[in-house]
Amino acid sequence: MNEPYVFDEMQIDVLREIGNIGAGHAATALSVLLGMRIDMEVARANLVGFNEIALQIGGSEAVIVSVFLQVMGDAPGNMFFMLSLDSARQLLDQLNLPGRENATARSQNADDVAAPPTFTDMEASAISEIGNILAGSYLSSLAEFTQLNLEPSPPSFTLDMAGAILAHALIQIGNMGDQALLIETAFFDGVNRLQGHFFFIPEPESLPIIFKSLGISSK
Amino acid sequence: MRASPVVMVGIAELRVATTGYRIRTTGLGSCIGLTLYDPVSFIGGMVHIMLPASDISRDETLNKAKYADTGIVELIHAMVKIGAKSQRMEAKMAGGAQMFELGKGSSERLRIGTRNIEECKNMLSKLSIGLKAEDTEGAYGRTIELDVATGRLFIKTVLHGTKVI
Repeated sequence: MNEPYVFDEMQIDVLREIGNIGAGHAATALSVLLGMRIDMEVARANLVGFNEIALQIGGSEAVIVSVFLQVMGDAPGNMFFMLSLDSARQLLDQLNLPGRENATARSQNADDVAAPPTFTDMEASAISEIGNILAGSYLSSLAEFTQLNLEPSPPSFTLDMAGAILAHALIQIGNMGDQALLIETAFFDGVNRLQGHFFFIPEPESLPIIFKSLGISSK
Repeated sequence: MRASPVVMVGIAELRVATTGYRIRTTGLGSCIGLTLYDPVSFIGGMVHIMLPASDISRDETLNKAKYADTGIVELIHAMVKIGAKSQRMEAKMAGGAQMFELGKGSSERLRIGTRNIEECKNMLSKLSIGLKAEDTEGAYGRTIELDVATGRLFIKTVLHGTKVI
């Protein structure tokens, strides 16, 4: 394996803490936005094999809703906010968007496997905006913590197979090995099974920069 | 309906099988699922290609299945080893999507999907293997399954239907 991908325990702790701080702020933002309690799992920071990366969200073929943002600035990377279709619908219900009267009728059709899952433009942009707000609060707390300049690109909404979406981030590191460093956090509301996953995949070159900003040697 | 046992192919892996099996890979985005089929020996194979060219590899050990240039050659070897003939092989491929719009001013080099498609075609023509059918590009994921008994390739998407090539 290459240099940036050899970590000691201290470095893994730091990466996990990045996930906790970022996602902690994001969970608070989501809680305020929805007016409900949102809990967060302790972040995981792991080197994950390409074929295991989608396991947390139901596997490579799982149909999910994703908001993708590129992290730009001093420590580039990729960020995904991912929800099951079910959780995405619950999130939208919670938002009380105007013009969603048909939503219930549509979700009753969920058994109809022939009907592809769809979201209206308004629903898609609402979910994108949530992803944007979450990523923004994740990154701004991370930027404050590290004193690095980190900015999100505009969000992209996608409804597709998890593997196809996540592979976008893997492509960029594919020439370095078969693993990616994944900082992952799950949110849940504890009541309605609403669950979201945050994936932050820093580019390998960003890791020494992040470590250095926190006064940790990266060997 | 699909009682045949399924052989799974992960990212940057390749597998071969004989008649009676189906070979499957899931969640192809910009990656390519390329299949080769020998209709006489009923031997089929699939490689899940991630990147076009192995010369950019910084891996300590080269995973040949990961790259178009080395993966297709490796797939041919694996099939020949169990009795297929390369002169009889026909290729099909799917994937090579561009899942996200690239920002303005992004280099064409980042269009990995398109470059994967080009490099696969380039390798096939170098190796004199005909490309019988393809379902490539677009901005969506695909799951594919090769029926080794018939050489048919089943393609499934979330919002763009299913097809057989």
